[in-house]
Amino acid sequence: MTLEHIELLSAALFCLGMYGVLARRNAVLVLISIELMLNAVNLNLVGYAVFLDPGRVLGQIIAIFVITIAAAEVGLALAIILRMYKNRGTANVDEFNIMKW
Amino acid sequence: MSPDLIVYMFIAALCLAGGFGVVTTRNVAHAALFLLLSLASVAGVFILLLAEFLALVQILIYGGAVTIVLLFALMLTRLEEFSQVTDNPQRPLAAVTALGLFGVIVAVIVGQRVPRMTIGGGDFESLGIELFTKWAIPFEIASLVLLVALVGAIIIARGEGSEE
Repeated sequence: MTLEHIELLSAALFCLGMYGVLARRNAVLVLISIELMLNAVNLNLVGYAVFLDPGRVLGQIIAIFVITIAAAEVGLALAIILRMYKNRGTANVDEFNIMKW
Repeated sequence: MSPDLIVYMFIAALCLAGGFGVVTTRNVAHAALFLLLSLASVAGVFILLLAEFLALVQILIYGGAVTIVLLFALMLTRLEEFSQVTDNPQRPLAAVTALGLFGVIVAVIVGQRVPRMTIGGGDFESLGIELFTKWAIPFEIASLVLLVALVGAIIIARGEGSEE
């Protein structure tokens, strides 16, 4: 198992997540795809820490912070989505266009 | 084909299957469960990389908190109306963009020349020492971010027009 294996898996997950963010209309599904992208980043960080860093620790610490911020973001984003659903009656991201000019 | 490479291929296949399930299923609850499969596979890869603490944190936080929060939010807010809208007419363009980005990243990965080491024992103690000495301030800021997100989520989801 080399660094390229980890990087390829991380790239595949990131691109899958990006496809999900671009192609999904439901706001909760977009959020889930963003979580997939964040996981790809974590995998990449830990891979770099294990294979390239003499101390093997820095990437893991950054990955811990990414996990923390991602968890906070999921809670907040779900609250916003629930609010939007109560206000507009739909969870379709194409219909939140009040600020479009 | 060393044994750990075979195990890694199996776990990576599970991870990619979970990822495909997330981006192609029509049912939102199924997407959350596919995400759980993907996250658990990433935790398995962390164990293969000898980053056990990260694997534990991944399963605890993502599998134990994020997925549960997602499923509870879906359960408490009338799931069937969420399931009616899923996909965009922009799907082919999104697929082309994602494949293009994947091609660019693969080209960079294949062409890189970086000296690398073998997988060694990451020291759990040094992770703790470094986290609480050099990274103490970001640690405190992260806990503050969690507090702000918690309070903000309660205020946003509670709604206006409530008493008090």
